[in-house]
Amino acid sequence: MADARIQIAPQVKRGDSFEVKIAIRHAMETGYRVDDVGKPIKRNVIRALVCKYNGTEALRVDMSSGFAANPLLQFWLVAGNSGEISFEWDDDAGTRYAERAAVTVAG
Amino acid sequence: MARGAAVSLAVARIGAALLAVACAVPATLAYAQSSTTRVIPLDQLKSGLAYTGEDVRALQADDFANPGMLWVERGEKIWNTPAGADGKSCASCHGDAKSSMKGVAARYPAIDAKSKQLLNIEARINASRSGDQKAPAFAPESEDMLAITAYVNMQSRGVPVGVSIDGAAREHFERGRAFYYTRRGQMNMSCATCHEQNFGKRLFAETISQGQPNDFPIYRLEWQTMGSLHRRLRACLYGVRAELLPVGSPELLDVELFLAWRAQGLKGEAPAVRR
Repeated sequence: MADARIQIAPQVKRGDSFEVKIAIRHAMETGYRVDDVGKPIKRNVIRALVCKYNGTEALRVDMSSGFAANPLLQFWLVAGNSGEISFEWDDDAGTRYAERAAVTVAG
Repeated sequence: MARGAAVSLAVARIGAALLAVACAVPATLAYAQSSTTRVIPLDQLKSGLAYTGEDVRALQADDFANPGMLWVERGEKIWNTPAGADGKSCASCHGDAKSSMKGVAARYPAIDAKSKQLLNIEARINASRSGDQKAPAFAPESEDMLAITAYVNMQSRGVPVGVSIDGAAREHFERGRAFYYTRRGQMNMSCATCHEQNFGKRLFAETISQGQPNDFPIYRLEWQTMGSLHRRLRACLYGVRAELLPVGSPELLDVELFLAWRAQGLKGEAPAVRR
């Protein structure tokens, strides 16, 4: 439920670069902390995040304990065809996530 | 006989003088003048935002980068998702929160018409949830509770805080005020020691704020997550090494009412970002 938010400009021009933003709700538990009774809290960080633009891998991020909770990624892509930008990631708990957003290219 | 009477009269005079001194001392404190005397005048109230840095202000102002918006979005889904025995969602009765919830959070805590109890927005949401929706109540500080309060409170962005301390709310207000000005914990400090006598000054790397409640729930960078006002109050109690009262306890609820009265006119900022 609302694990991520994606922001892309409503319309982009072919050949132009456009900004993609994704904010992910994730505790990014480092594995270095202990709970109130001293028991170590198991590490649970996002392992790998892959962004595909119309099925072609555009960005791959290997995340680790050094990332803050609820990471926000911003990067630029060059507009090709209209289609979709999809994100997939998984974490140490074994949960797989997927989010997608449509991109409309003019010209 | 006459001498004895004179001595006892003198003793009585000294006693009366001591009593007068004892009465005069608290009367010199602003606290004791009247329970509705404002120590910080209304035109000098400042949201906690004023005491953060430029980076935090930018993060709060950006509705995409603001991490609290992740909870707002989750809260919006909860608002529209049917739950409980009757399959009703919040929206089934309240419609679009953008109009029906506008300014609501700014009036809380308030005395509930049905139960005659003082409820904050969390307790009011749970009353609807268990009473009207017949769904399990949200646990305090759970992700769902933080999400729905973030969504509801966001509808009061820019709406000035204004709670009622009349009628049944008055005794809660007085208790909350007494709590606020009572020194407690191993550090022997009251809320006022920091937030009324020393705001704007430094406490290690931080600037002490006025301790205003107009921005909750907040995304606190130290927590790396969202938290309610009661969690923040517990962090203060921990700081002065006082007894940690549970989230939703009557004492914290009374303080919440006092704080809301004290913040009258400050505009809502939820979901805010704080250090």
